[in-house]
Amino acid sequence: MLEALTQGFLYPNEIEVHWGILIVLYPYITGLVAGAFIVSSLYHVFAREELKPVARFALIAAFCFLLFACTPLLFHLGHPERAFNIMFTPKFTSAMSGFGYIYTFYMIILALEIWFVFRPDVIRLAQESSGIKKAFYSLVALGAFDVSEKTLHLDHKIITALAAIGIPSACVLHGYVGFLFGSLKSNPWWSTPLMPIIFLMSAIVSGIAILIVSYALVMKLKGKAVDNNCMQSLCSYLWGFFIIDVTLEILELLTMAYEGEESWGIISQLIGGRLQLSYVALQFIVCSTIPLVLLGIVSLVKLKKSTRNTLGIISSVLLLIQVLAMRWNVVIGGQLFSKSLRGFTSYFPQFFGREGLLVALILFALPFVTMYIANIIVPYWEEE
Amino acid sequence: MATDRRTFLKQTGWTLLGGGILISIGSFFPAAGRALQKVPSEALYGFIVDTTTCIGCGMCVQACKTENQVPDECYRTWVERYIITADEKVFVDSPHGALHGFKPAAVEGQIEKAFFVPKLCNHCAEANCVQVCPVGATYTTRDGFVLVDEKHCVSCGYCLQACPYGARYMHPVRHTADKCTWCYHRVKKGLMPACVVVCPVRARQFGNLNDPESTINRILQEARISVLKPETGNNPKTFYVGLDKEVR
Repeated sequence: MLEALTQGFLYPNEIEVHWGILIVLYPYITGLVAGAFIVSSLYHVFAREELKPVARFALIAAFCFLLFACTPLLFHLGHPERAFNIMFTPKFTSAMSGFGYIYTFYMIILALEIWFVFRPDVIRLAQESSGIKKAFYSLVALGAFDVSEKTLHLDHKIITALAAIGIPSACVLHGYVGFLFGSLKSNPWWSTPLMPIIFLMSAIVSGIAILIVSYALVMKLKGKAVDNNCMQSLCSYLWGFFIIDVTLEILELLTMAYEGEESWGIISQLIGGRLQLSYVALQFIVCSTIPLVLLGIVSLVKLKKSTRNTLGIISSVLLLIQVLAMRWNVVIGGQLFSKSLRGFTSYFPQFFGREGLLVALILFALPFVTMYIANIIVPYWEEE
Repeated sequence: MATDRRTFLKQTGWTLLGGGILISIGSFFPAAGRALQKVPSEALYGFIVDTTTCIGCGMCVQACKTENQVPDECYRTWVERYIITADEKVFVDSPHGALHGFKPAAVEGQIEKAFFVPKLCNHCAEANCVQVCPVGATYTTRDGFVLVDEKHCVSCGYCLQACPYGARYMHPVRHTADKCTWCYHRVKKGLMPACVVVCPVRARQFGNLNDPESTINRILQEARISVLKPETGNNPKTFYVGLDKEVR
């Protein structure tokens, strides 16, 4: 049956695509982590005061995405019970072996930063509540109830330091994901030193975009107005990072085409054939061109507040799709052609099943559910 | 320029320390452009495929399937058929890995040349799969076999992506990466790999590269040989006689 979906010649072991929709989701979620964290750091480290309304949410969002970043991998692994082998018996010639350490380190940094940022809120909640709730908040506060100006000043210094360590960590976390693909010389569609930096830039783009969409949605639900400067600034950052991102993506393609190595034959067929919709139409024509223009207008032209917000939100949604399409085109695209450079296979994700669409949707929804629960525990949308 | 002893010792110390650090960093990465690392006192195995004699009967594929209980639609070895027409069109196929041999091909135009190419794991000296395995489940033995520890493999599939030859598959029952072992279990008993034994035209040869008297060494000395995808720097230990430029 599978042969019917192939075209040309493939090595016989290549008919099945091994990295499916969950491996598309994994770099997507990790990217959202890195992007959201960068926004929170723009406020905490680089003192971009206008981003204050989303800074706390950005931190929580990064943490919630990070909590679930590994879950697609666990569902994908044939032996999830052996997952910790990667930390217990790492082989350091493998790019993948660093994953456990990078992930854990970043998780600790983020958890510490969140604890320090929300310490005053937790202490206030502990003081305002009673019974089990009080005990819970006191436990979270770890018994440190000192909110004197001196302590808060020290907290602020620690937060800045943690955020500063967090920026390179976030870059490593996501640059590493790009390196996983970019360092595989067996695959001409993946093997480029630009891959880590493209992954990183697209991560920042998707992170800012999800913050814009979430921020606008939450404010709408709360019946409040979005902060003018914050939205304007987020849109400008989004535009700037996306210009770098899309330039690199185009450069990568141009280099491949111009060098015209042996593999270009099959790659050009891949782009013109199996990836025509997801790469040419979705990733570039629709989801790159429109946001580039719209965000350019938002950043350069003085618009009515509501128009600006609408354009910003439309661009953000399109860019979230753009980055998802990019992940798909890299992960799936790289497995659709034979390493014999003579043929193609096909991939359609199943809906049910361990590696199906349903699992992917549930795993993607979980970080948002966690954000909702986190807001019940410590309302992070409230002003400090 | 005069240098006192103290400065000289200090500079030497720093140079040695710096050099040491650079070398230890370098040792994480595979060296480029090296030859097979032979240790004369030990066996180092290699494999030779003669594409000029293979008749595409598929006996090797069948023997491998039986000997190693290879699951359906998974292949530790397979045979490819190349048909090149006068107008330089290349037709390649390998129906079910040539498990049942080949039926006559329906190729339009005048056939200029046609030949068969058996494929298997190349047991590379600088194997990509060994490099990328995050848990060390894929490893190289001292005598040159690239093997998978099925009790340790996490089944991430990174090795499948890294192998440029498509030699690996995910075992559908064990859920671990799997591939040709050159019949390690047979070789350790003094037997030849199953595919080598059954080949009616001796298109497959296996032996100790360190033994000057071995058949494989004689062929390596006498024939024009090449390897698949040498540009990857993987340094395969499966050598090919009579490889056409169309073969990848």
